[in-house]
Amino acid sequence: MLYREAGQFKSSYAADQAIFPIAQDRWAVWAFLAVAFLVVPFFVNDYWTNAILLPLLIYGMAALGLNILVGYCGQISLGTGGFMAVGAYASYKLMTSFPELNMIVVVLLSGGITAAVGVMFGLPSLRIKGFYLAVATLAAQFFLVWLFNKVGWFYNYSATGQINAPDRFLFGFQLTGASAQPWVKYLFCLTLLTVFALIAKNLVRGRIGRNWMAIRDMDIAAELIGVRPLMTKLSAFAVSSFYIGMAGSLLFAVYLGAVEVGESFGINVSFLVLFMVIIGGLGSIVGSFMGAAFLVLMPILLKNFMVDGLGLMPVTAKHVEILLMGLLIIFFLIVEPHGLARLWQITKEKLRMWPFPY
Amino acid sequence: MNAFVDPAGMSGHSGLARGEVLLRVDNVSLSFGGVKAITNISFDILKGEVRAIIGPNGAGKTSMLNVINGFYHPQEGTITWRGQVRRKMRPYEAASHGIARTFQNVALFKGMTTLDNIMTGRGLKMRKNFFWQCLHWGPALKEENEHRRKVEEIIDFLEIQAIRKTPVGRLPYGLQKRVELARALAMEPELLLLDEPMAGMNLEEKEDMSRFILDVNQQFGTTIALIEHDMGVVMDLSDRVVVLDYGRKIADGPPEEVQSNQNVIDAYLGVPHGN
Ligand SMILES: Nc1ncnc2c1ncn2[C@@H]1O[C@H](COP(=O)(O)OP(=O)(O)OP(=O)(O)O)[C@@H](O)[C@H]1O
Ligand SMILES: [Mg+2]
Repeated sequence: MLYREAGQFKSSYAADQAIFPIAQDRWAVWAFLAVAFLVVPFFVNDYWTNAILLPLLIYGMAALGLNILVGYCGQISLGTGGFMAVGAYASYKLMTSFPELNMIVVVLLSGGITAAVGVMFGLPSLRIKGFYLAVATLAAQFFLVWLFNKVGWFYNYSATGQINAPDRFLFGFQLTGASAQPWVKYLFCLTLLTVFALIAKNLVRGRIGRNWMAIRDMDIAAELIGVRPLMTKLSAFAVSSFYIGMAGSLLFAVYLGAVEVGESFGINVSFLVLFMVIIGGLGSIVGSFMGAAFLVLMPILLKNFMVDGLGLMPVTAKHVEILLMGLLIIFFLIVEPHGLARLWQITKEKLRMWPFPY
Repeated sequence: MNAFVDPAGMSGHSGLARGEVLLRVDNVSLSFGGVKAITNISFDILKGEVRAIIGPNGAGKTSMLNVINGFYHPQEGTITWRGQVRRKMRPYEAASHGIARTFQNVALFKGMTTLDNIMTGRGLKMRKNFFWQCLHWGPALKEENEHRRKVEEIIDFLEIQAIRKTPVGRLPYGLQKRVELARALAMEPELLLLDEPMAGMNLEEKEDMSRFILDVNQQFGTTIALIEHDMGVVMDLSDRVVVLDYGRKIADGPPEEVQSNQNVIDAYLGVPHGN
């Protein structure tokens, strides 16, 4: 009886269209944000940021971006890894060419550059759909990785072919480089993700988001009510790539510090992020984060359980983990094809009824 | 019944007087490879009327609507819209010039709620740019709420308040057809093309739908082109009827006249083609 909307009447359309129309949800979110921003930074250490928090935030950003394209606009993409690489290399070039550039600007510009590249590779989407588009984006993935390997200019002709993030400071705190503090990295990523999650939510509940979904659900009808397919699809590619580019930028500059393109941005990354989106829930902002959390946390939990709990060899545990993850993904797709977000929604609907079953 | 639109104040409308020619197709022919869907058809639609298009299955009725709103481009003939002659329409152009339609097989946005489906119909009238959309605040929020108000009026008009927040995929067929009409009305069209709006409905639903169509026509002055198989409905609703058979026009005139036309009777009985 604690969680329900009874008595919470909406007196305006604005209130009815609020992100979290139910007061309990609103409080929960504020509390969650308060803990994330005000409490967690005092307790984070290297293990927590590197193993859990940064991957969670950064892959959350990537999943959010991909979900805009796949979940909201219905355009399939297997090029996520490649687009993240664009963000990473854009950051590297910006950081080395303009050492004074503020890191926020670097990340945003990297997103912008990736958006432009995304639009280029999104152009075929006007003509081709479904599997064919998937193949086209797959080509983008391989082309981009090849490009960053091949053309020395992108990695400043370094002998190893790697790119390394130079030391950069934000408001006097070291953000990138070996001696950056965990809490600085964490807060930087958290802030960006929070702001851009809000922007994504705003976009999808307004005109542009409705046009994306209209194209996804019935492109012919959408066109006949005045939605322009090219503009709409390209805007989805642009916004999606912007987010994915920022994720790539953060992964490189803040999280890894050093990157070899094939290793960090290969096809497996494309699939990983796609799985996050599918498991979390296509067409759901919060689902993107749930999917990212699931695929980041589950392997860690499984590994800890098997190695520390069952005393398995780490190598064996790794194999079992991969196997189990595969099974879990299949299990989820069968049990709830609409993803974790849908499960969560059903739980909330049940809670709203509680304690009465109907 | 709520009057939600003041016809005089509607944007994008021609200002043609009732009874003037709103749309005319001249000698239009359309074929797909070897299949001739439409052969040399001409007719007009007058401002303010309900114009029925009837004919047996495969006669080319849907193709005709598709030509009118630019989804198909005819090989021959011209389309005159508000006095402007053109070889073909384009979907975006048709939509922004006030032509809306519903589909024979419901073409709703399945994953979206009733409300969002109808709101999408207002997209062309929304102006706030990408930046404001990101903020969803200030002018963008104001615009969103203004359009929400309009949409709520349409929801009241079509009596679908209860399914406002329901994903349309879960709705029964009859209601889906109604939501589709709502989405078309949200565009505040000057010409509304309805492709078998009552197909698959029971008697009560048909009566409701007939009433809505008449109300739209009479209260808002919306011109309507209606494809319908139920002759009773056609007789009740339409001012003039054009009859197609095998892609050709075989009759055109007031309902009573068309009904007693020998060509039409033969076509429906399948006499000339022994179908
Ligand atoms: N996209 C298309 N490609 C090929 N042939 C088509 C296409 N659209 C329509 N046709 C053909 O054109 C002819 C007319 O079809 P249309 O759908 O316009 O008929 P209709 O009068 O609407 O029939 P119904 O009452 O069954 O809806 C049919 O022979 C049909 O097979
Ligand atoms: Mg038809």
